[in-house]
Amino acid sequence: MATAHLDVHAHATHGHGHDEHHDEHHEQSFIEKYIFSQDHKVIAKQFLITGLLWAFIGGAMSGLFRLQLGFPNADLSILKPLLGGWLTENGKLEQEFYLALVTMHGTIMVFFVLTAGLSGTFSNFLIPLQIGARDMASGFLNMLSYWFFFISSALMFTSIFISTGPASGGWVIYPPLSALPQAMSGSGLGMTLWLLSMAIFIVSSLLGSINYITTVINLRTIGMSFTKMPLTIWAFFITAVIGVLSFPVLFSAALLLLFDRHFGTSFYLSEIYIGGEALSNVGGSPVLFQHLFWFLGHPEVYIVLLPALGMTSEIIATNSRKPIFGYKAMIGSMLGIAFLSFIVWAHHMFMSGMNPFLGSVFMFLTLIIAVPSAVKAFNYITTLWRGNLVFTPAMLFSIGLVSLFISGGVTGIHLGNSALDIQLHDTYFVVAHFHLVMGAASFFGMMAGVYHWFPKMFGRMMDEKLGYIHFWVTFVGVYMVFFPMHYIGIAGFPRRYYSWTNFDAFNSFTDLNMFISIAAFLALIGQLVFAFNFFYSMFRGRLAPANPWNSTTLEWTTPRFPGHGNWVGAIPTVYRWPYDYSKPGSKSDFIPQNVPLSETPESNNEHDEHDLKLEKELV
Amino acid sequence: MTSLLFITGGILFIVALAMVYRILLLVQVAKGDDGTKNKVGISNAVNGFLFIVFFVVSFVLILWYSPIASENFLPEAASEHGKKTDNLFWITTAVVFAVVFLTHLVLFFAPFKYRFQENRKAFWYPHNNRLEVIWTVIPAIVLTVLVVSGWKVWSDVMSPAPKENRVEIEIMGKQFNWQVRYAGADNAIGKYDFRKIDATNSFGMDFNDKANFDDFTPNEIHMPKGKNVLLKIRARDVLHSVFMPHFRVKMDAVPGMPTSFWFVPTKTTAEMRAELASQGKPNAEKFDYEMACTEVCGQSHFAMRMKIVVDEPADYAKWVESQKSWYSLNKEYVDKLKLDGKTKLSAINN
Repeated sequence: MATAHLDVHAHATHGHGHDEHHDEHHEQSFIEKYIFSQDHKVIAKQFLITGLLWAFIGGAMSGLFRLQLGFPNADLSILKPLLGGWLTENGKLEQEFYLALVTMHGTIMVFFVLTAGLSGTFSNFLIPLQIGARDMASGFLNMLSYWFFFISSALMFTSIFISTGPASGGWVIYPPLSALPQAMSGSGLGMTLWLLSMAIFIVSSLLGSINYITTVINLRTIGMSFTKMPLTIWAFFITAVIGVLSFPVLFSAALLLLFDRHFGTSFYLSEIYIGGEALSNVGGSPVLFQHLFWFLGHPEVYIVLLPALGMTSEIIATNSRKPIFGYKAMIGSMLGIAFLSFIVWAHHMFMSGMNPFLGSVFMFLTLIIAVPSAVKAFNYITTLWRGNLVFTPAMLFSIGLVSLFISGGVTGIHLGNSALDIQLHDTYFVVAHFHLVMGAASFFGMMAGVYHWFPKMFGRMMDEKLGYIHFWVTFVGVYMVFFPMHYIGIAGFPRRYYSWTNFDAFNSFTDLNMFISIAAFLALIGQLVFAFNFFYSMFRGRLAPANPWNSTTLEWTTPRFPGHGNWVGAIPTVYRWPYDYSKPGSKSDFIPQNVPLSETPESNNEHDEHDLKLEKELV
Repeated sequence: MTSLLFITGGILFIVALAMVYRILLLVQVAKGDDGTKNKVGISNAVNGFLFIVFFVVSFVLILWYSPIASENFLPEAASEHGKKTDNLFWITTAVVFAVVFLTHLVLFFAPFKYRFQENRKAFWYPHNNRLEVIWTVIPAIVLTVLVVSGWKVWSDVMSPAPKENRVEIEIMGKQFNWQVRYAGADNAIGKYDFRKIDATNSFGMDFNDKANFDDFTPNEIHMPKGKNVLLKIRARDVLHSVFMPHFRVKMDAVPGMPTSFWFVPTKTTAEMRAELASQGKPNAEKFDYEMACTEVCGQSHFAMRMKIVVDEPADYAKWVESQKSWYSLNKEYVDKLKLDGKTKLSAINN
């Protein structure tokens, strides 16, 4: 590890001597280079590949429970080798296993895929490359961050295979259900593993976030002021701040739950009679847990979404050949969203029995957050307007994100309104809402990021045609799956139901549920196209040109296969903002950030004069 | 064996795909197209056009399917506040649908219209403060209107239940069914203590409190039409949530923290059946109001159904008359409890 650390400095000071030789760092063994690596690019790839593997597991789980919901009478005996005892005699999913699937799907997708896999990948990869740094502030903490995530993943993965099954009380693990092993078998060892895994996950997330914040504040290259940072970096920076402030609260919530489970405390338990006995716990409050959980849980939505929005801003600007519309408004709305995300959590709890006055307060605060979100959506659309649009797969996924962000976001206006939430709470309307705005939108952001930065990650290009197929299958699939859920939700169907046939009120829409399931299978199968494209291109794809998308940001000034230290020779200096696309007067339709203003007198405008003066002083 | 066959088949399929893909790529390279010659190919126009197709097809499907789906929606709310929230729901939906339609109109037509052309340059348009103020202020105004109207309804619904014309029903959630308790002749629901719960006394009724002796615990909920029905909600093991979809009523049942919800039912079961029959709904004559659980509570969460009957007030009074108190059905049990504090407790714990 020490050698790797020294190596960074070697690059910084004697970079010139290493030209073209960065493949031959004989000091680094295989283990140092690819396993316990401290290079942010390798760590990013570790996060990405782990995240993608989790995505396939989480996706497959949703396929299983969609089988139950779409085809409740189907005989699944063919899956016996895979599911074993989780199938009943007549080949149906066990009821508890259904809940376990739903719980694991949620946990995996929210935390392992869209937090670690998305933010972990791209914050790690892009922060040093886009701000002009050789690596993260602490490569060692960064390495720890990944390996804590790995341990957390391993624990969660193990919990899937234990005989009592993984945690199954929903991904929000509300006690007392999650606190009492008597209440369901998933609340036994499975829940303990869940809590341990999440505790370690939080450690991983905090190590990462602290690193991202420190790096952005301290390691920006010369000229890279905060107002010249790409929106991606702004998004990662704000995300990290949210994470640092909110994840510890989940940690304490989990810790107290662990105490209640194992050490006889009563933080969340009171007046319970279960399994034929009255428990001794009194004075605790299940609602307290909900407050603590959602104090992370709501900001978590933005931890997942903001990086996606940041990357999309970058990709849309690049491929529209046009500056992002309202750069400062975009930053402002992200800051606004970040601040507000901390004071809206109780809108998940309108019906929890908390004081209705609190409900009123949180309703007002919640709907304020719609305003900066609306600003972002309008700014994206205006960026497309009169652009010169190139539809790379990344661009398609970004446009898809904007669409999903709008159509999923607007139903937040229903759900944030506590009067409407009386009927809609915990129905499929909610499922439709958050899958579109948080799940699918963030996933689209992640895919956009993979397609866009793959050439920088692996030095090779992904296949565009396969990318197009992947996009359209996924885009159509996502809408076919989640849009119809609005109807089912309006009809009052509760979520987390194994079957609705017990109720006359919900004994309809069997055909629509079947349709949703089939759409889900198609969308899931469509992801195999991506898997193939991703792994195939990694080894056999076309070699990437230095700057395949004609982008302005710094990462494209590195060599095709950047070594540890990123730039051969000196780190580039930044002279302009990252959105000089199609600048009037300029011959080229983009001017990279590292091109001095003094070299482009033909395209400088009145806003550049201040920077031009600074630039002259610098020289 | 079958699974092995499946896996082998799957692998072979993927390998075959990879081969085909590789060959196509090589053909392309042999033709001299290295993929970088043109900035964009025909696929740029195709992708741009597909957004328009997607837009048209989606909105046609939505307009076609929505009336069909609405056949399966819940009937008109059978409670006073439910009509208000439904109204607000549809107003919000209309606003939101307009927003989605208009934004997508631009979002999905722009790609084709402004697709890449070599000789064109994108319009340099980094910001416009007036535009940004406009689309900050307009959503803010629309949202304020929606929030304030929602807040008014919410405040009404959540206001304390009126004392007069009130019927109280205790609803207790447990794994995995609901139990209900009515006050009986004295109009007071008796005290309970979770430590007094056992296999017989599932409510934990405390018979030191005289009010418990006339309480009755039917297997279905009855409510009088037009009265203020106050639900006193509790849970005895894990979280549950009372959901009465036809009345637009929902409230969590929390162990250790009693909650409540009050509302006014406006249609009797008979009236609702007649109304549904007049709309030609199938099985209208068998219609029943129902209560469900909407907070995941364990393996049979989806099966916590209880039937609700709304009666004319006179019929309701008759039904109450006909109910036998829990005490009268369990005299032996209650008499066995030595009703003097300590001895009673130990008797129950044994």
